[in-house]
Amino acid sequence: MGEIVLNRITKSFGDVSVIPPLDLTIADGEFVVFVGPSGCGKSTLLRLIAGLEDSSSGAIRIDGKDATALPPAQRGLAMVFQSYALYPHMTVRNNIAFPLKMARMDKAAIDRKVEAAAKVLNLTSYLDRRPGQLSGGQRQRVAIGRAIVREPTAFLFDEPLSNLDAALRVNMRLEISELHASLGTTMIYVTHDQVEAMTMADKIVVLNAGRIEQVGSPIELYNRPCNRFVAGFIGSPRMNIIEGAETGGQAHAIGIRPEHLALSTDSGHWAGTVSVSEHLGSDTFVYVQVDGVGTLVARAGGEFPVRHGDRVWLTPQPDRLHRFDAEGKAL
Amino acid sequence: MATAHSRAAARLTMAPAVVLLLGWMLIPLAMTLYFSFLRYNLLMPGTEEWIGTLNYQYFLTDPAFFTALGNTLALVGGVLALTVCGGIGLALLLDQPFWGRGIVRLLVIAPFFVMPTVSALVWKNMLMNPVNGLFAAVARGLGLQPFDFLSEAPLSSIVLIVTWQWLPFATLILLTALQSLDRERLEAAEMDGAGAVDRFVHIILPHLARAMTVVTLIQTIFLLSVFAEILVTTNGGPGNATTNITYLVYSLSLLQFDVGGGSAGGIVAVVLANIVAVFLMRMIGRNLDL
Repeated sequence: MGEIVLNRITKSFGDVSVIPPLDLTIADGEFVVFVGPSGCGKSTLLRLIAGLEDSSSGAIRIDGKDATALPPAQRGLAMVFQSYALYPHMTVRNNIAFPLKMARMDKAAIDRKVEAAAKVLNLTSYLDRRPGQLSGGQRQRVAIGRAIVREPTAFLFDEPLSNLDAALRVNMRLEISELHASLGTTMIYVTHDQVEAMTMADKIVVLNAGRIEQVGSPIELYNRPCNRFVAGFIGSPRMNIIEGAETGGQAHAIGIRPEHLALSTDSGHWAGTVSVSEHLGSDTFVYVQVDGVGTLVARAGGEFPVRHGDRVWLTPQPDRLHRFDAEGKAL
Repeated sequence: MATAHSRAAARLTMAPAVVLLLGWMLIPLAMTLYFSFLRYNLLMPGTEEWIGTLNYQYFLTDPAFFTALGNTLALVGGVLALTVCGGIGLALLLDQPFWGRGIVRLLVIAPFFVMPTVSALVWKNMLMNPVNGLFAAVARGLGLQPFDFLSEAPLSSIVLIVTWQWLPFATLILLTALQSLDRERLEAAEMDGAGAVDRFVHIILPHLARAMTVVTLIQTIFLLSVFAEILVTTNGGPGNATTNITYLVYSLSLLQFDVGGGSAGGIVAVVLANIVAVFLMRMIGRNLDL
């Protein structure tokens, strides 16, 4: 029921084309994450689906019906905004009830639905407060509550966690994932944070300059990035890219992820000097100045006791090497 | 400002300003209060004597007082209603993107910089005049009888003139408030199924409540003392039709030379203004700590 199909959709502001022709199908019940650097058009794409922006050409089908010219309210979608966009003069109860009131639902049904949503989101004791008296995480939950009472065909999230502190972000990430598991509704989630994308998504859509670079499950994108952009964007720290003689002539550039470089203090494929080592306890990230290659990052599980200036050797796992041609496409 | 020493120094340095301000306010008030208990007529110099509350009795039982009170309230209420409603309308229009918006905004503000006397004269002689005025010319062009605004509907005409002067102020305050409204909030309401009217009622108006309060409070202070517009257009007439309390005080003191009675009227006006202020604060002041 919540299938969303974009067919040759484009968007330009004046002469500036933000989204060149783009096709995308989002299956019912899928958790899709749009990810990309800022200014890549991911928010614009979400707003096109929401109906907050008119598409310049192309068609949008939601739930089997043509929604290209429908106003936002009639698309059956609910959106959670980056700024939460709560109504400050209304209590939490009235904020959550607002879409139902606009649908002219009767009062008893509204109360029932609001109570139910508040229970799911642990907001019951805050129902009579105003948004100004709530913390960031609670406000986020009110915004989600306002979205779920409408029982939409799909949820749209526009960078909903970027205003929260790191610990809260991890919590809310889990809560949204749980919500998706329990509701089973289609969700589209926009973020610039690849960790959010990797942890939450069924399907990731990597965007760059309005174009879709690659669509796939998180592990597919991790294992088989189709180009250098996706390879660099997915995974943290970034994939090491090596150009020049070391590629052996078969490819323009080779890439190896930090976790696929074996570190050794006595022997290996590349020799280099440690410039920085980051000891996280669970992992150690070592930045190595390799002779004739440049700086490579390697990840060692657990503690790896090296310091600035130490001599180390790196060995790539040969089956984990990525090869790219001159245009950056994976070979 | 933490130590006793710095607090004392602060008081000392503030003292001249405070004394000056207090003197500026208290001396005229005290003199008016004193005059209001005297028989003080400019035509009979040297006969000033203490007459107790007689001035107040005369003033408060004067039928002109009640007419003036009614006129004052009608003037303030009418101008407030028109400027707030008109200001919201104009602010909504000026918030839309259109070609030449910057210049139009500037022009909308312009009436505020015209002196009250000048604007009243322009309205009286160039717009509302039944022979030479623009409105009369339009009416004749349409084959209608020209309407003599200032004699047929004098108070409404003055409300119109004063509204024209204060509309820019209301528009300016409301426009800035409107611009501070988060666009995402409007979009959220749109997603929630609120149409244009619902968005206006449930999102925009509550957001403007504070600005509307500010406009109402500030304008009330100035509108209670409207004077120049009345003096140059109708002279308070016909009869007492456009005499407000301010004009009545002027007419008593300087047209009838009864400074004592005028002073009593002035004190009554101060008391009335304070009553209005308390009412306003009670009624809408809670909007200020939203």
